Amino acid sequence: MSDFLVEMRDVRIEGRSDETWMPIINGVDLTLKKGEVLGLIGESGAGKSTLGLAAMGFCRDGVRISGGSVMFDGIDLLAASAEQKRQLLGKRIAYVAQSAAASFNPAHKLIDQHTEAPVQHGIAGKAESAADGVELYRKLRLPNPDEIGFRYPHQVSGGQLQRAMTAMAMACRPDLIIFDEPTTALDVTTQIEVLASIRQIVEEFDTAAIYITHDLAVVAQMADRIKVLLKGDEVEEADTRTMLSEPTQEYTKSLWAVRAFERPEKPPVASDATPVISVQGITAAYGTVDVLSDVSFDIHAGRTVAVVGESGSGKSTTARCITGLLPPRIGTIELDGEPLPLDYRKRSKEQLRQVQMIYQMADTALNPRKSIGEIIGRPVEFYMGLRGGAKRKRVAELMDQIELPADQYIDRLPSELSGGQKQRIGIARALAAEPKFIICDEVTSALDQLVAEGILKLLARLQDELGLSYMFITHDLATVRAIADEVVVMKDGVVVEQGPKRDMFKPPHHAYTDLLLSSVPEMDPDWLTNLLKERGVDNIGDAAVGKMS
Amino acid sequence: MSSVPWILGAIVVLLAGGWIMRLAGQKLTGNKPFFRDMPLAVAFGYVLGAALVLFGIWFYFQPAVTQDGVPVASVQFFRWAVQGVLIGAAAAYLFRLVGRVVGTAGSRKVFRQMPLTAAFGVLVILIYAFLAIFAPALAPHGQEQVFGQANIVPGGNPALGGNPDFPLGTDQIGRDILSRLIYGAQNTVGIAFATTVLAFVLGGTFGFLAATLRGWMDQALSRLVDVLMAIPSLIFSLLLITVASAWVSGFGLTVAMVVIIAVIDSTRVFRLARAVGMNIVVMDYIEAAKLRGEGLPYLIFREILPNATAPLLAEFGLRFCFVFLTISALSFLGLGIQPPLADWGTMVKDLSAFINYASFAPLAASVPLLAAGAIALLTVAVNFVVDWMLNRSSGLKD
Repeated sequence: MSDFLVEMRDVRIEGRSDETWMPIINGVDLTLKKGEVLGLIGESGAGKSTLGLAAMGFCRDGVRISGGSVMFDGIDLLAASAEQKRQLLGKRIAYVAQSAAASFNPAHKLIDQHTEAPVQHGIAGKAESAADGVELYRKLRLPNPDEIGFRYPHQVSGGQLQRAMTAMAMACRPDLIIFDEPTTALDVTTQIEVLASIRQIVEEFDTAAIYITHDLAVVAQMADRIKVLLKGDEVEEADTRTMLSEPTQEYTKSLWAVRAFERPEKPPVASDATPVISVQGITAAYGTVDVLSDVSFDIHAGRTVAVVGESGSGKSTTARCITGLLPPRIGTIELDGEPLPLDYRKRSKEQLRQVQMIYQMADTALNPRKSIGEIIGRPVEFYMGLRGGAKRKRVAELMDQIELPADQYIDRLPSELSGGQKQRIGIARALAAEPKFIICDEVTSALDQLVAEGILKLLARLQDELGLSYMFITHDLATVRAIADEVVVMKDGVVVEQGPKRDMFKPPHHAYTDLLLSSVPEMDPDWLTNLLKERGVDNIGDAAVGKMS
Repeated sequence: MSSVPWILGAIVVLLAGGWIMRLAGQKLTGNKPFFRDMPLAVAFGYVLGAALVLFGIWFYFQPAVTQDGVPVASVQFFRWAVQGVLIGAAAAYLFRLVGRVVGTAGSRKVFRQMPLTAAFGVLVILIYAFLAIFAPALAPHGQEQVFGQANIVPGGNPALGGNPDFPLGTDQIGRDILSRLIYGAQNTVGIAFATTVLAFVLGGTFGFLAATLRGWMDQALSRLVDVLMAIPSLIFSLLLITVASAWVSGFGLTVAMVVIIAVIDSTRVFRLARAVGMNIVVMDYIEAAKLRGEGLPYLIFREILPNATAPLLAEFGLRFCFVFLTISALSFLGLGIQPPLADWGTMVKDLSAFINYASFAPLAASVPLLAAGAIALLTVAVNFVVDWMLNRSSGLKD
């Protein structure tokens, strides 16, 4: 009997693609003691989720564990029968998925789903386990713990749902919980609450956990030890403080350095300059509900304005107003001092050309059935009237600008490209129209940090070369710090604060800006503890809520 | 009800057999997960399957003729069915083998990944297409030609009432069945194909239009389609064709039938195209194209259509089968393809009386089954191919 709760030795995992088995994990060891939290980090495709699931003896469809051993508390999970595993999963091992919204059954109430595992495993009766559920909800600082369980998943917010999921995982008091990117889909302010409650409950019940994430600052708060994965291989493993202060491997160091990118400050704009885009007092509504009220800001030539705020704050709606997809009810939008028709259908081809957009999800922004050459070539042909050889030459020029070799990529389909490359194609398509102004809607939030940094640097370089203006929609303040000249903070459809970047990152600022800024996780492992202390909430949960009310 | 104890007894025996097989499997393989995690119901299924296979083999080798010289129809038909399946599988296997060696790198790859069912389907469709295109050259006699001898039994064996000149026999007024089957491929399949294409052009265009424009256009089209779909399609087409027959006859009636079935079937295509289109229209690349100022034809045919081909193609295969069966059904009722044109549905109807000879003259009884088999074979083949294409298109999404 070893003293490890989980002991994985030389685990090899393969995935099926095109009739052959390709390695996903090439012989990784993973050990976990009782009550310990291990952070697994790496880029997407590094195999961290696959390894996390393998710790439960589980594989997704089309994936198999081809070698090594997985022991859980002395039980060989790879040799265990389906029945034996059924006894363990849910009872002694629990799993918290990235998207709680997709993991809850929308047709059942929260508490009914909570009690399912304990009743199934015969640990407690329905009433007993429901009472325990309420207790857990209270511990996790969910609002209204006595009643929230009777709601359906769509009736509670994303952060609350993620905490309810954590409570559900705790229902049988498991020895091990696997958290698979539980906060990636959440806003920074909500993320704090979830992180704090996860940490509290894991400590309180002395549960061991594997915490999978790509966010280093988050893992620094949560884990006792960190293991870095790269393409199915272990890069290094050390306890959190050592790892953060003195990483030994080049790859780890490069991960750590990402957040350092910051553009030099630009001189202030002349006061009489005409802004490229001027948004004046727009109020917009979906149906009869106003989602934006009286939003105004200017964007000058060669400048980047970052619009920040939580989801639902009206950032993307503002972009839809500027592009004309959602004509505002009140207000005007000017391009170079000339008013733009509010509906995009009434705009001239020339006006449409000047305003381009880059989307968050490159997967849905590029037509999957068209080659890269066709995707970039269409605006070249449509706006510039170039055809044949001239068009192909221009496309090659554009691909050169986004640092992708044209001869290699021009005939590929989007599905044959990586996430970062797809985003570059999105940029090239916007550039092909030779616009003055580009709206970047969360362009880096779906990308790994190293890749995202590359995209930001590319956008910055293009701005310097072509004198473009950007409106940069983001919820990530590290991105703002890296690229913005001016910042507009939005909340509930209203501009809370706006001004040059250096003023925004210096106090004093609006209470909401303050909350937003202080909620961004830092690489310091004591950051969360200190923050909670500072916010005057000794026990977690409504740290953010307490501050706001 | 004396069979109930027998059935119960058989189930008990099979359950016991399953239990023993699982136990034996566990012991022999050293508790491999396959046997270890096998539920008793699955073991029961395996034993039941094995018992059926054994019964089939035993039944196949029963004498097809009793000692008195009376044919045993059930054995004879069973043998034909088994032989048909085996020959089909072997042909499909060879076809796939050839496809894997001959052709371009791309086509070889397609054949390598093709399941046997799909190879069978592709082979059958190719043969049908070949027969339909070259029908006049391949058919030994004309489709309207009447010979002196009616009701010749298939098989071409004079001892059993056949005639080597007419390998599949002649029908009730003395027309060569083989020739009519081959011409039937041209008429029935050709008309079904034309009808399906027309249904797709109509339904697809209006469906994408409704999905892109939304608003009143979508409402008007969708409600119209709802009304058309509310009426049972076969009865509706019967009604419309009866109405049309008041104005046109002969070839004109066939054209009217094509249009009527196409319009009725286009409602189903409309539904699918609209649903698929709606999912595509919300994509960011459509938004990007709209913001670029692209016109409606570009949006529909260049942005939406390429992404909808997989489900539409699959639907095309299924729809083709339904149209084909509808035409055969109409012909069976005397309203479809008009004589003297050869048509499989009409042939089944005209020769259906022969099925009564099944118990004592299997050869004679197989006459109506030839045309029915031609219909069934094509339907099965198209479905195999459609299944395979659906699998491929859903696999590509991963």
